[in-house]
Amino acid sequence: MRKERGWQEIPIGGLILEAGNAEEYETGSWRTYRPVKDGEKCIHCLRCWIYCPDSAVLTEDGNQVGFDLEHCKGCGICAAECPPKVRAIEMVLESNFEEKE
Amino acid sequence: MRKIVALTGNDAVGTAMKQINPDVVAAFPITPQTELMHKFAEFHANGEVDTELVLVESEHSAMSACVGAAAAGARTMTATSAQGLALMWEILYVQASCRLPMVMPVVNRALNAPLNIHCDHSDTMGARDCGWIQIYSENTQEAYDNVIQGVPIGEKNDVRLPVMITLDGFILSHTMERVELLDDDEIQRFIGEYQHPHSLLDTENPVTYGPVDLPDYYFEHKRQQVLAMERAKDSILEVGRAFADLTGRDYGLFEEYRLGDAEIAILAMGSTAGTAKEAVDQLRDRGKKVGLLKLRVFRPFPYEELGQSLEHLKVLAIFDRAISFGSYGGALFSEVRSALFGAGRIPLVTNYIYGLGGRNISVEEIGSVFDELEHVAQTQQIENTITYLGVRE
Repeated sequence: MRKERGWQEIPIGGLILEAGNAEEYETGSWRTYRPVKDGEKCIHCLRCWIYCPDSAVLTEDGNQVGFDLEHCKGCGICAAECPPKVRAIEMVLESNFEEKE
Repeated sequence: MRKIVALTGNDAVGTAMKQINPDVVAAFPITPQTELMHKFAEFHANGEVDTELVLVESEHSAMSACVGAAAAGARTMTATSAQGLALMWEILYVQASCRLPMVMPVVNRALNAPLNIHCDHSDTMGARDCGWIQIYSENTQEAYDNVIQGVPIGEKNDVRLPVMITLDGFILSHTMERVELLDDDEIQRFIGEYQHPHSLLDTENPVTYGPVDLPDYYFEHKRQQVLAMERAKDSILEVGRAFADLTGRDYGLFEEYRLGDAEIAILAMGSTAGTAKEAVDQLRDRGKKVGLLKLRVFRPFPYEELGQSLEHLKVLAIFDRAISFGSYGGALFSEVRSALFGAGRIPLVTNYIYGLGGRNISVEEIGSVFDELEHVAQTQQIENTITYLGVRE
């Protein structure tokens, strides 16, 4: 967690003066469904990476290596865009993970 | 070269806008403001301004266009009245809260219903909490001068707030008065070039306006606006002093008219202050110790200064040209009375709601109010705290 700053330390008017700083703000807690990938089925076509509106699909050397769950909102676009013959991503109710974590 | 001319309030303010030469003006007509923007559009059509004139489909759109223009770094203006101001409501808050300076003349008019196009202050008094600076004008010269001063007042870097300059509908907007117009060049030197610190068009320094502001920071941003309003007072005084150096016309937060040794006084805003001065003069000729406080700046509300100026009085009457339904008296009454509560001593304070929907207020009526106040001073008894002046029983 970032330290919350006082009213005299922040830019006026709610302005955001740096580009791309949404990365610093955790928004993954809004999620109802979590994308879960079956590594056996994934062909690393990266369609999920292209379509993800929150840039929350993680890649390494051209491979899909998972999801940034601090920013994934659980919209399910990745699962919908995964090619029909692959179907490697399943959206799972977040509450299923609560007890385990 | 300076010129002394006869102009209506609308034409004088339209001329001030021409001389300010704003980057962007959004325009939508509404009585009694229409002729103001009509005049400015004429200057625009004649190529006398460099302004981008945006003709919009409503006042909501006019103010929205002003938000965009001001965020882009443009010196921005529009003008409105009554229902038009009401339709801007949502965006008034956005403009102030995004800390975007602009100047908007508001030609005061009653709010519907029943439909009425004449003067009262219910439009701008209703907008008193939206975060705009509010300056009221007694006459056409003041309206002209206030519009020019409004530009540097709001643009000052530690203020950055939008400014409403009001003038009474028809009473000033459509009446011809003597006005001294400044020279274009001296106005340009006075307002200076606008340097926007966070322009949306500055791609080297990207900025986001109006993002979501959740419970963790919204309150902090509101606290900043409180400070900006406090600083606005200094800005108004500073700009007023510079304007006095330029023109010899001195503007403060309010004007004390024969108030220093007065025992009885009234407090009013707008053109009624002019009528009241005449009433005060007539009573002074008869040896009555009466005076007037003309409030020029309603936001930020100068509560400390008012307390100091009014505490010596025996009786004070607050004139409200708007009703705050369900409240204890008019908004001006509530706030002045509250300001006096912290002063050294508290005069007897009464409230006169007057002039709604353009109902005329005469020198004689104000004279009769002073008679009532004299009676209060003698008896130390207030019979009616709130009087609806001139309403037929």
